Amino acid sequence: MTPSPPNPVAQVRARVAATSAAGDYRRLVLDAPAIAAEAQPGQFVALAVGGPASALLLRRSFSLHRADPGSGQIEIVVADAGPGTRWIMGLQAGAQVEIAGPLGRPFPLPASRGACILIGGGYGSAPMFWLADRLRAKGFAVHLILGAASAGRLFGSDLAAAEEVTITTDDGSQGMRGRVTDPLPDLIDRLNAVDVYACGPMPMLRAVHEVAAGRGATAHVAVEEAMACGVGVCMTCVLPVVGRDGMTRMTRSCIDGPTFDGGAIRWDAIADGRVAVPADAIGVAGVRR
Amino acid sequence: MSAVDLRTTIGCGVELPNPLMTASGCAANGPELHRFFDITELGAFVTKSVKLDPQSGRGTPRMAETPSGMLNSIGLQGPGIDAFVRHDLPWLHEVGARVIVSIAGASAGEFAEVAQALVAAPAFAAVAAIEVNISCPNVANRGLVYACDPASSAEVLHLVSAVVPDRIPLLAKLTPDVTDIVAIAEAALSAGAHGLTMINTLLGMHIDIDRMRPLLFGATGGLSGPAIRPVAVRAIWQTHAAMLAGRLPVAPIIGVGGVRTGADALELTLAGASAIQVGTATFNDPTAPRRVLCELEELLQVRGIAAYAGLVGAAHPS
Repeated sequence: MTPSPPNPVAQVRARVAATSAAGDYRRLVLDAPAIAAEAQPGQFVALAVGGPASALLLRRSFSLHRADPGSGQIEIVVADAGPGTRWIMGLQAGAQVEIAGPLGRPFPLPASRGACILIGGGYGSAPMFWLADRLRAKGFAVHLILGAASAGRLFGSDLAAAEEVTITTDDGSQGMRGRVTDPLPDLIDRLNAVDVYACGPMPMLRAVHEVAAGRGATAHVAVEEAMACGVGVCMTCVLPVVGRDGMTRMTRSCIDGPTFDGGAIRWDAIADGRVAVPADAIGVAGVRR
Repeated sequence: MSAVDLRTTIGCGVELPNPLMTASGCAANGPELHRFFDITELGAFVTKSVKLDPQSGRGTPRMAETPSGMLNSIGLQGPGIDAFVRHDLPWLHEVGARVIVSIAGASAGEFAEVAQALVAAPAFAAVAAIEVNISCPNVANRGLVYACDPASSAEVLHLVSAVVPDRIPLLAKLTPDVTDIVAIAEAALSAGAHGLTMINTLLGMHIDIDRMRPLLFGATGGLSGPAIRPVAVRAIWQTHAAMLAGRLPVAPIIGVGGVRTGADALELTLAGASAIQVGTATFNDPTAPRRVLCELEELLQVRGIAAYAGLVGAAHPS
């Protein structure tokens, strides 16, 4: 493969403009005009944590919730996943934080003029409201499904009009009891949806892809792989992805993702937070191309 | 303040305008970091270790954060030397980077085949040196960590030096996971290495206490970052001391291990390094190699030091 043609990216010291609680999560608004000017839904930013002498060296990556070139602001939603994310959640308005972005490939436009279904699992819903606005502005009908284990783990159920959103929780504490894939088949049929967009945990993305594919729709998924750098140099965020030539490659989700066609991901290699290298992947002993 | 002369040499009379480099495996092959800074401002750009065939690398998780560092278990994922000389090296040549190509192999013969293909590449003119990675810890068989054994190290360097023109410095990259790093350095230098890159990562491990099993897919991984800087300083110090004492041929040492600031780069230099690579810090700050260069230059200016070269090994008793 030729060297990746990376998109323009900025590394900035951004000021925290505002923060607020959102269920179990924290929403941060950041002044980052250079990032806001270029960002598209599905892209992400990578934050350094703890300042220049921090013992936590690895960047934390977050899908962009919104970006507004007019105000020069971007928004992210942060969940407590350990000391690094807790440091970010503790940032107050006026604090400075180092950010690189926008990173990765945005969600693609729908393949046809049908309706679009946008699915967010937990805070994976963060980019979906912005994406919904963009799609509606281009004339697409949009329906959202937001799901989480419980009400506190939902993000953004107040950001969409009731007739446009279906909410599911595993424990039934908000919306219908069940998984995001429970209402999905009927919605695809009823809306004649051809494009499904999803962001959330891997098992959910796999289930969404399987339901969509079974009904002739395409799932565009944004993965949340662990990344050390977010900018393409550490090689830790790889997934087995099938290319146009039909061959599987261990592919960086920060450069060639985080958005992928659900049909291109080798779900058979992914289980329980671990990703194996498929035996037919390029670069396994004996497999060239 | 007057400008500091940052020039340094890395063997075979090859001179670089400054001592700062990326570290292999921490910078991919160029285009990614070139978005953040002009990689031609560095003394050299060190590429990710390339083997003969494409490599898928290991499954994930491939990394774990550790105190002031990280474990990685990538497994030398890469395109193979043919794709490297067709795509990656020409790009580096075109932008004008001075390139140090890191090569690896599963046998001594494979190292030599990779070197041969590199030497034959149309863009070979961009290559300032070849780093021979005999110390990657992420291999299935610990017996393949050549730099754990003097004879194995010598065999690789011997075969590689036979196919590389004399004007190209060969830098043997060493592991600190040995009892006597000077003995390995001696074997590499006697077998044709012109310089030493030290240190590679230390073999480490992290166990997920909730799942009660190793966190990394490959179980073990290489420990890097500021946490290992004192190990790098020690290894460079011991090796440079052996050169001063006449127990080892005098050769340039490329210092690498936990460098995050200009002060860190100066510390490795004083221990005996003639050039400095920035690795894991790049994950924290994509501009780290250039930033460390600027900080180092400023430190020298503040101290009224006119030339970087005079500081190499300056902490040793004269």
